[in-house]
Amino acid sequence: MKRYIARRLLQIIPVIIGVSIIVFVLLRLTGDPVILMLPEDATPQEIESLTTALGLDKPLHVQYWVFFKNALKGDFGRSFRFKAPALQIVLERMPHTLQLAGAAMLVALVIAIPLGIISAVKQNSAIDLTASTVSVLGRAMPNFWLGLMLIIVFAVVLRWLPVSGKGTLSHLILPAATLGTGMAATITRLIRSSMLEVIRQDFITTARSKGLSESVVIYKHALRNALIPVVTIVGIQTATLMGGAVVTEQVFAWGGIGQLAVLALNMRDMALVQAIVMVMALIIIFANLFVDIVYCIIDPRISFE
Amino acid sequence: MRSELNDTQNEPGGTIVSNLGADGMSPRSGWGKRFVKLSRSPVGLTGAIVVAVVLFVALFGSYLTPHDPGLTDLYNRLVPPSWVDGGQPQHLLGTDQLGRDILSRIIMGTQVSVAVGISAVLVAGVVGVTFGLITGYFGGILDTLLSRFLDSFMAIPGILLTMTVLGVLGPGVITLVFVLGFTRWVGYARVVRGEVLSLKSREYVEAAKALGQSNFWILARHVLPNVMASIIVLATLNVATTIIAESSLSFLGLGVQPPTITWGQMLNDGRDYITTAWWLATFPGVAITISVLGVLFLGDWLRDVLDPRLRK
Repeated sequence: MKRYIARRLLQIIPVIIGVSIIVFVLLRLTGDPVILMLPEDATPQEIESLTTALGLDKPLHVQYWVFFKNALKGDFGRSFRFKAPALQIVLERMPHTLQLAGAAMLVALVIAIPLGIISAVKQNSAIDLTASTVSVLGRAMPNFWLGLMLIIVFAVVLRWLPVSGKGTLSHLILPAATLGTGMAATITRLIRSSMLEVIRQDFITTARSKGLSESVVIYKHALRNALIPVVTIVGIQTATLMGGAVVTEQVFAWGGIGQLAVLALNMRDMALVQAIVMVMALIIIFANLFVDIVYCIIDPRISFE
Repeated sequence: MRSELNDTQNEPGGTIVSNLGADGMSPRSGWGKRFVKLSRSPVGLTGAIVVAVVLFVALFGSYLTPHDPGLTDLYNRLVPPSWVDGGQPQHLLGTDQLGRDILSRIIMGTQVSVAVGISAVLVAGVVGVTFGLITGYFGGILDTLLSRFLDSFMAIPGILLTMTVLGVLGPGVITLVFVLGFTRWVGYARVVRGEVLSLKSREYVEAAKALGQSNFWILARHVLPNVMASIIVLATLNVATTIIAESSLSFLGLGVQPPTITWGQMLNDGRDYITTAWWLATFPGVAITISVLGVLFLGDWLRDVLDPRLRK
């Protein structure tokens, strides 16, 4: 177990280096990141001093090494918009995004787990049919548009919830529902097929032939096994969740990393953009690491070798 | 909805599988049969009809618009849809904050969504399939490097990656196509690589090798045709996600810029008037949902017919 965790930890090192190379290359796509990092009215002196400060007059591999060393220290440069270290600003906003993502995941699982199970157990029933219809609709509807529609219904017409902003629980409901229901569509389908697979296995047939009641077979034997893949699903969905948060935050003026990313890109505040991409990637990498470890703990069939 | 419901039930030995060749897919044998099958599948047929209508509107949109989509009319700002109190019969879906006809703008917006959706998928497909074929067939250090690179690529949310590249390069339709293409090729590379890994040990590939055929010829003549079915299915479903991605980027103000009209931009405008004029933020979204639904139906149907193995 310890060896598995150690090996898994070692495995994320090349991934993190890979992400840092992608971020490094991204900002050099135009050839001159200095122009991007400075406001449009920057003077030639400012351009020259930043070029020297970032070492952009040096060969590319030397530049990357400098970037990587600074990134390790958490130094992604200063945001000219906020006049503060980029990482500090991103970390200040991070709790908002994590709060939204967590609430959305909760909404998604609360909808998807029961719906997926019922759809599988009562295959081709009215519930199954409705669930698949809603699930296809969920795939076809852009998430941000669902958010706009929820605002119209619950904030504008019914006046039950605030249109946007953050602070109270009532502010969290609409964004979490927007992001969560979109994901519930995908997760329901995955749980349904996972459950269907388990139901067809030999030990379920054995349990039935022993004369156990259907509810014991389903809820005691099948469900526990079908829920194991849910853990993996949660891990895989982290990237989707963070990506969805970027757009959802914009719809509801939520003020997390996602909204910060849009602001930073529109302001061409590239130090901030670097920090945001790195932090988001790290959240996703570590969420997947965590999920892999949990998976091994709950599923005794996986060997650690 | 049948294809959704039967996905796991019908697997090996289902009626769909038995119509295919012995290797599970010999795509040349029955296009005629498949067309007959399309007309019998309500989901597939609905998808095909919706996609045909969307393509028609995209191609001939400029002849179909009831009004000039760019024409502002400040006396008729924010006119509600015609069936609502205060609506005008000449503006079926109402007008926006500058008095422009919403229906006409939605019709014109179809062009960008379809053009960007299809072109970006072509770019992604070409890049991804090439990488998948090469790494799957040759393996070795290249394969290891690519796998590591893909892991890193997957750790960055697609939309954030696309946004960043657009932010660096500056927005524009051509840029958008290439950025969406180059950030979405991973799926193709993965699927093609996996299939090639299993195909390359088949007898007919071994036989071609023994005959001294070049690697390029083997890939083009013996491997590629056998992964084509998966690629077509993946590409179709990818058009759907790309349309959504394009509209999201335009909604964020990072995609296609005015005066070119896009559904995402219209929704962005609508967000500012959401408390007073609900129709601005409603109808462009309906257009997106219907188009994507059509593509998804068609894609799901194609998947059932062309490649039963992808159905999980």
